[in-house]
Amino acid sequence: MNKMIDEQELHNDQAPGVKAWLRSGDPLIWLNGAAVSVCVIAVVGLLLLLAVRGLSHFWPADVLAVTVSYQGQSRELLGEVVEEVEVSGGQLREAGFELQGSGPFFQRTLLKQGNRDFLGTDFTWLIDEQFGARRFPADLLVVERLDWGNFYGYLRGVNRLGEAPITVAEQGEATTLAALQTLIADTVAVREEIDHIEQGAIGTINYDLERLRLRERGLELEGRLDALAQAELASERAELELRFRELQDQLYVLYDSIKDHSYSAELADGRVVTLPIAKVVRAYQPNAMNVPAKMSMYGKRLWEFLSQPPREANTEGGIFPAMFGTVLMVILMSIIVTPFGVVAAVYLREYASQGFVTRTIRVAVNNLAGVPSIVYGVFGLGFFVYFVGGELDQLFFPASLPRPTFGTPGLMWASLTLALLTLPVVIVATEEGLARIPSTVREGSLALGATRAETLWRVVLPMASPAMMTGLILAVARAAGEVAPLMLVGVVKLAPTLPLDANYPYLHLDQKFMHLGFHIYDVGFQSPNVEAARPLVYATAFLLVVIIALLNLTAVSLRNRLRERYKSLEH
Amino acid sequence: MQTHALDIQALKRDQTRSASPAAPAATSLRMENLNLFYNQRSQALFDINLEIPRQRVTAFIGPSGCGKSSLLRCINRMNDLVDGCRIEGRLLLDDEDIYDRRVDVAALRRRVGMVFQKPNPFPKSIYENVAYGLRIQGINKKRVLDEVVERSLRAAALWDEVKDRLHESALSLSGGQQQRLVIARTIAVEPEVLLLDEPASALDPISTLKIEELIYELKARYTIVIVTHNMQQAARVSDMTAFMYMGKLIEYDDTDTLFTNPEQKQTEDYITGRYG
Repeated sequence: MNKMIDEQELHNDQAPGVKAWLRSGDPLIWLNGAAVSVCVIAVVGLLLLLAVRGLSHFWPADVLAVTVSYQGQSRELLGEVVEEVEVSGGQLREAGFELQGSGPFFQRTLLKQGNRDFLGTDFTWLIDEQFGARRFPADLLVVERLDWGNFYGYLRGVNRLGEAPITVAEQGEATTLAALQTLIADTVAVREEIDHIEQGAIGTINYDLERLRLRERGLELEGRLDALAQAELASERAELELRFRELQDQLYVLYDSIKDHSYSAELADGRVVTLPIAKVVRAYQPNAMNVPAKMSMYGKRLWEFLSQPPREANTEGGIFPAMFGTVLMVILMSIIVTPFGVVAAVYLREYASQGFVTRTIRVAVNNLAGVPSIVYGVFGLGFFVYFVGGELDQLFFPASLPRPTFGTPGLMWASLTLALLTLPVVIVATEEGLARIPSTVREGSLALGATRAETLWRVVLPMASPAMMTGLILAVARAAGEVAPLMLVGVVKLAPTLPLDANYPYLHLDQKFMHLGFHIYDVGFQSPNVEAARPLVYATAFLLVVIIALLNLTAVSLRNRLRERYKSLEH
Repeated sequence: MQTHALDIQALKRDQTRSASPAAPAATSLRMENLNLFYNQRSQALFDINLEIPRQRVTAFIGPSGCGKSSLLRCINRMNDLVDGCRIEGRLLLDDEDIYDRRVDVAALRRRVGMVFQKPNPFPKSIYENVAYGLRIQGINKKRVLDEVVERSLRAAALWDEVKDRLHESALSLSGGQQQRLVIARTIAVEPEVLLLDEPASALDPISTLKIEELIYELKARYTIVIVTHNMQQAARVSDMTAFMYMGKLIEYDDTDTLFTNPEQKQTEDYITGRYG
């Protein structure tokens, strides 16, 4: 009995406290705060992971030189430490390693030893207990190359064609290195000239030749290819070919001028090899560099990543074409989707009578937003590419058939497919904006003798423009990150030229293009050298996020300016 | 405050004086058996017969939902915007039926301007708000616009307050200024009739006073029809008053007569505050 009373008293004592606390609303505030914190941590964590993993790749890390002894044999290794993990001894023993230590865990190191052309693999896992003393020799040279990945070794000599070789043994290290750098700079300059001729002048000639061929074929199809036309075409072609040969000769001279420069270097195992300078991107001695020098190198490598096309099956070099393709496609998509969505929304909200049919259409449009994107890709391929593109080819490009012009995946179809994909978002946002405009403002305009169309143009649409921008922001965010439908309607692993160049008609809507989202997939999962590509996956993902954020920020700031201007009359 | 109160007294005296010499003002608007239906079942106005004199202020009073705003919105065909709205009977503006099939509604609304209960300036500059009606008509000459904007703002007693910031947003004005801007915007297109739908109900007393003074100024040039909840306001500003109840016109007379000696019991009950 007594006990029960006690319990009751206890209960009575506690209940008001808990209840009051619950009723005060504090728990809800704490819950809300916690939810927000989780979101913030998740987003920041994601960005940090991408940034750290991706951006650290460009830092010129120190290169380790170490003697590895295993089962009585020892070998010299050079390389960058990429990753260090602890693994259990059992696991290692099961894998067939003979271990000296007795601890349950062993340190393992992933070493990027480069020199794929001499060693076969450029990444290797090593068990730390086999390491001798770790050394970081200052004269260790890292060479970034166009082929075969990085080279690690000790510079022994430089051989400029037609001049006496300079060797470390005779002229000293500093002189040799300086000679190497000068030679690389000269070679890079020549290579840039070659690129310029190949991409620019020769590209234009090829383009003109192709147009000439199309003209000939067109005349043939129309039955007007007579002797006169043929002669004219032949003379134009002869002229182009002459120019082509001139440029080719020029190229040969340039190629010849760099192809025989070489440098020799000693590998970790003592072999001395001679390699062509023509394949060198840059050379540096990371162990001898101080922090400012490393930072400047970091900047150079990051800029290369942003401004250069990829090399070596996308595992090296930059991602500029993918960046360019992504932004261009998103811009084209915005140009297509905004007017379409706005016009549709204006009709649905302003003109259509709000009956059963309109409601049905609205529900249908909202549901379109939920259709998986790959379905849009299939639709784009079936309808745009094969049907519309095929018809366009028949009508406007019969000369180039059977090779399709628009009847194949390309930039225009990718933009149109994504425009379709994002159309519901723009329609819904614009409709909401139109619905929010106070009817008194419309009536004010009508009462001044404006027609409905004039009211729409002069008052309603400007006031709804922030809502349109909201729609566009959502559309851009969705379109820029979309990959699945693009694989069907125009994105490729490697596009040789940009879809925007100096050749008429400048914007090549029929061309295939590269895209950051697809690039991530390709580099990460389709790459022949997964270890080398991994940092690029993070860096590319980070860049994609940054680009989407930048596109969004631009749109958001534009929207805020519009909002300020047309802030609704709520007072 | 004091001076304003005096003004109103003077204003009132002037008004009674001008109304009393029963100068038979020409009719501007005539309604003949006007019926308004919002849909099949609900009828908003029943057989309204009313003549509104030119260049006078006519007030519609009555309790909420009595149909006074509906009647006002018939005059510039604002009810056309309501789905399923139907009108029977005739409404003549200068002996011309405005519900005739051939009438250009936009042109009619230029002749019959309207000011709403809540100030509704466009989110544009003060200048562009006033110039809006002219630009709609295709008038874009700066000299003409400048002149009309100044004249309209002066007529609406707003010029002195805004002349230095004509190109600032109209939304930066106070509520009372906004309402005068809307009046300026309306008279910029030179209408014949001015419809005021409770123009001062959202404003503070001083702004209300300014609007009332303005109405008094404007009646020299425009036929004014005002809907108001405020019987004192009706008594102060109007020459003629119509009392409406449940969609019917109960009584229509000189303001003085209606307020001092109403014929109908319902009118008397309303103006003495027994219901409403």
